[in-house]
Amino acid sequence: MATDDTTRGTDRRTLLKGAAAIGAVAAGAQLLPGAARYAQAQSSAPIKIGFQVHRTGIGAAYGRWYDRTTKAAAKLINDGGGINGRPVEIIAEDDGTDPKRGAEVIEKFATKHECDVAFGTLFSHVVIGSAPRAGELKLPYFVVSEGHHVASGMLNRYTLQPGITDVKSQVQSMAPWVADNLGKKVTMIYPDFAFGHDHRDYFSEAIERQGGNVIAKIAIPPRETSFFKYLPKIPKDTEVLYHVMVGPGVLTFVKEMGEYFGDKRPEIFGFIDSLEAVDIASPGLEFLEGSHFWEGYPRYAGENQSAHDKFYREAVGVDENGASLSDPKDVSTFAHMFGCWETLHILKAGMEAADYKGPKDRQALIEAVENMDVFPESRAHPQGSKLFNGRTHQAFGHQHISRVEGGKLVPVHKTSIFDTVYEDETDYTKMSF
Amino acid sequence: MIRSILLHSFVIAALVALEPVLSEYHHGNLARIMVLAVYATGYNLLFGYTGLLSLGHAMFFAAGMYGCALMIRLAEWSVGPAFVVGVICALIAGIVVGFLALRTIGVGFMIVTLMFAEAAYLTILYYNEYTRGDEGFTIAQSVRTIGGLDLSDTTTRYFAALTLFSICLIASAAVVQSKAGRVLVAIRENEDRVRMLGFDPFRYKLLALVLSAVMAGAAGAAYAVLFGYAGASFAAVQYSIFPLLWVLLGGPGTTLGPLLGTVLMFYLVDYASGTIMPGLAGMVETQFGIEAPGLASAYLLLVGVALVLLVLFAPRGLLGTVRARMIPWLP
Repeated sequence: MATDDTTRGTDRRTLLKGAAAIGAVAAGAQLLPGAARYAQAQSSAPIKIGFQVHRTGIGAAYGRWYDRTTKAAAKLINDGGGINGRPVEIIAEDDGTDPKRGAEVIEKFATKHECDVAFGTLFSHVVIGSAPRAGELKLPYFVVSEGHHVASGMLNRYTLQPGITDVKSQVQSMAPWVADNLGKKVTMIYPDFAFGHDHRDYFSEAIERQGGNVIAKIAIPPRETSFFKYLPKIPKDTEVLYHVMVGPGVLTFVKEMGEYFGDKRPEIFGFIDSLEAVDIASPGLEFLEGSHFWEGYPRYAGENQSAHDKFYREAVGVDENGASLSDPKDVSTFAHMFGCWETLHILKAGMEAADYKGPKDRQALIEAVENMDVFPESRAHPQGSKLFNGRTHQAFGHQHISRVEGGKLVPVHKTSIFDTVYEDETDYTKMSF
Repeated sequence: MIRSILLHSFVIAALVALEPVLSEYHHGNLARIMVLAVYATGYNLLFGYTGLLSLGHAMFFAAGMYGCALMIRLAEWSVGPAFVVGVICALIAGIVVGFLALRTIGVGFMIVTLMFAEAAYLTILYYNEYTRGDEGFTIAQSVRTIGGLDLSDTTTRYFAALTLFSICLIASAAVVQSKAGRVLVAIRENEDRVRMLGFDPFRYKLLALVLSAVMAGAAGAAYAVLFGYAGASFAAVQYSIFPLLWVLLGGPGTTLGPLLGTVLMFYLVDYASGTIMPGLAGMVETQFGIEAPGLASAYLLLVGVALVLLVLFAPRGLLGTVRARMIPWLP
């Protein structure tokens, strides 16, 4: 749970007050016609945002939807008068889901396109490979990666993650519900590389705090194409099977689990990362019926859809099932892509708070964002309210658990934000610019 | 010989002269390209001159990168000694792999080197606790100094990359024009005849492989300290393919081909991905109202077409073709 230091000034009452205040400001802002505010600006030159996007490589499915979400958010911001009266221009470059190319793209944003800030991307290795160059070029780098690398202190003062929660907070917030509702004896199946190891380590600690324990940890080597030989390693007394398989082997993994267990299976809990951009009703995934998934943002709108969620889906072009409005088979990466939308709105708020005029105000922009602490649920934050820790440059927000019912994901639990908070591991504000 | 010395000196002098006049963008690109050209120069010694096509050179690049970066991260060594450790790691990897892989020839050599590289890649992932596996890790800007010089400074980085490239280029030119270099070329042309003349091809091939591995390792270590990152993706198979493409484009068996190929491929990818294909996608969207994200990401197709055309019309690479048609003395 949070320390006093971490949650300083950000209790629930503050959250509600912040929501009311920011809601009033946002409503007022929406009354002003965009053209009027452009006219008041000292300069009408666009604010250039370099968008590092996975157009090719393993992250391409995520990149496609990050791109659409980013364009929709930029359009909304521009229709509302831009930032400080200046239009926003998104300059997208493919990072190839590769850290070397990612770093090159960051350099290109800073030195060729002369972007004001850089923004993106999902895969952790691209962010970690790019961040040193962003820091050296003193280019603010707003990432939507959900990796723990920002909050861990590995990166630098110019790298922030205000629009999406990180894997450590996601994983630890699942443990109370899993222990109370599914079981306390957990077997974990995870890919044998950093992403899987993070899940293994963070969840093992979290479930022990709930009085449970991980009775077996089954690491699957990368490139594995068949999983039958690993399934007998699952102990008979397993109550919950926790899986975080990713990549092209996921469908085989699910199919082979189904053949191995038949009707007698333990409870199954997974992370939707495995099946982002995949229709849950796809042939071969029937075995997942009745199992549970973490979702950063529920893919299916459901009965209690908020007005903000409705607005966000319409703007991005996503239907109530989380698929493209123009092609129902084109399923989105709904649990993650909201981070692009929210990050761009935070950039707008930060630039306006810093009275950003150009690259000389980059430090003021970072300090303005570091001083933020609450993002109330709104059109700018349709996923829900969030706390932002300026010291660790990391946002904390609600997490969701959904159950597969009839080939759809039905939300069954929403965590408190406070379940996701952990002690600070760094303080970027003490780092010089 | 004199013409060769003059040509290489001119290239190095031109790279020095470019430093103050390049825009910040091209300045940064050229520093990175020179590091990668070191890798390609090493690859060229094995492939271009000796005729051995390795599909596993990323393991040597990664050996240098991790040998250096882990010493800085875990042992808190300074850059200089850590760089030497990186190069030694690549040297040892080259000797071990050479002794085993050089027992095979042709496709067998390609497969064995590919398998060794895959094993190295998986080893990096397996020891995630130290290597941070697929995510990799950063090297703090504050420790990336050598002799009081800040390697993250753009000018220092440029000259550090240029120094390394110059050393490797001169070494490569010296090797290929030495007696041993002629034996390497002879092995490429007809290994049996070399054996019949009394030379031991295994010894010379091992020499080429070890020199190649050392240069690849030096490039990997340099990348880590100049750009502040080490990650497993540099050990993946595509990083074994890249130097092959750079050398094929520039001209296998020419000392300057690796640099030319690396420059051209870098800017081809950069221009195609950042300007040509997104521009086409934007035009389709504007003119026809059709979203065409696939078109924006199709730049690799453009790169592929360029390579096919190269193989069809200039199979010796650019400088190889220049040498065949215009400048026969080109080293």
